[in-house]
Amino acid sequence: MNEERYERFHYIIGATASAILTVLAFGAMIIGEWDRTLALWVIGVSAVVQIVVQLRFFLHIDFSRQKREDLLLILFSLLMLTMLAGGTIWILGDLSKRMM
Amino acid sequence: MNPNPYPKLHPGLNLGPAHGVAHEGSEAVLFGFWIFLMSDLIIFGILFATYAASTGPMAIAGGPRPTDLFDLVSVSIQTAFLLASSLTCGMAILAMKYGENVSRVKLWLVVTALLGAGFLTFELRDFASMMAHQGTPMRSAWLSSLYALVGLHGLHITMGLLWILTMLALIQVQRLSNKVKTRLLMFSLYWHFLDVIWIGIFSVVFLAGLV
Repeated sequence: MNEERYERFHYIIGATASAILTVLAFGAMIIGEWDRTLALWVIGVSAVVQIVVQLRFFLHIDFSRQKREDLLLILFSLLMLTMLAGGTIWILGDLSKRMM
Repeated sequence: MNPNPYPKLHPGLNLGPAHGVAHEGSEAVLFGFWIFLMSDLIIFGILFATYAASTGPMAIAGGPRPTDLFDLVSVSIQTAFLLASSLTCGMAILAMKYGENVSRVKLWLVVTALLGAGFLTFELRDFASMMAHQGTPMRSAWLSSLYALVGLHGLHITMGLLWILTMLALIQVQRLSNKVKTRLLMFSLYWHFLDVIWIGIFSVVFLAGLV
């Protein structure tokens, strides 16, 4: 397989996998009729997997040595997000509980 | 296996050494743009956190609830449009990398823009119908945070559409010059990034809101 066909194939794999994961997430709405927690888990997991798929196949982020800084930047941003977003949800959620 | 023998210089598809200056010159510019995208990610992340903290009964404040306002069919159509446009954007970059076919690049960019415009049409239609059912941003904390998050994403898509139109005009003048190539690579990062954010929005806001 030459480079062009390989890269086109790469995009098509990414789009197909994303489409399947999207259908899975929307399909979880049916599970939600009788088990809300399970449905939320399916939605959450398929979202995370789809984000990884799109980073890999559309944005071409991988573990190859040449692009370590890009991946490091993503990981650093995720760390910031975990602290900021996690902290916000934690504190405001706690406050909301105490005010009830 | 990956047949690319050359090291990758930046996120997104690399043009490769066959493109010479356009390939090497893109390294610093695209890294800088990647830093911008990551800071944009922080903004979206904070809006996601604000949204998540504003979904309780107190934040809804007796106003309309997600089940009163959301249209799942419309959301699935928007999702399909945006995913398809992410793929066609990739096809535009491939047409630029292999053969430098100007008319094919333009065609794929126009298709991407049309899909993006389709997304935006359905989103605005949803906003209009939500507002017609008392779902205005000032009704409750939940609605304020909803419009801030989904609206900011919509605004990014609008900017992306303007960007595509600008690129089409620039390609008309400069063909596929080195500057055009670097900017198209930047655009593709931006567009794929917006699709990644949308995954979060349809999962956290619409699906989790309706389930």
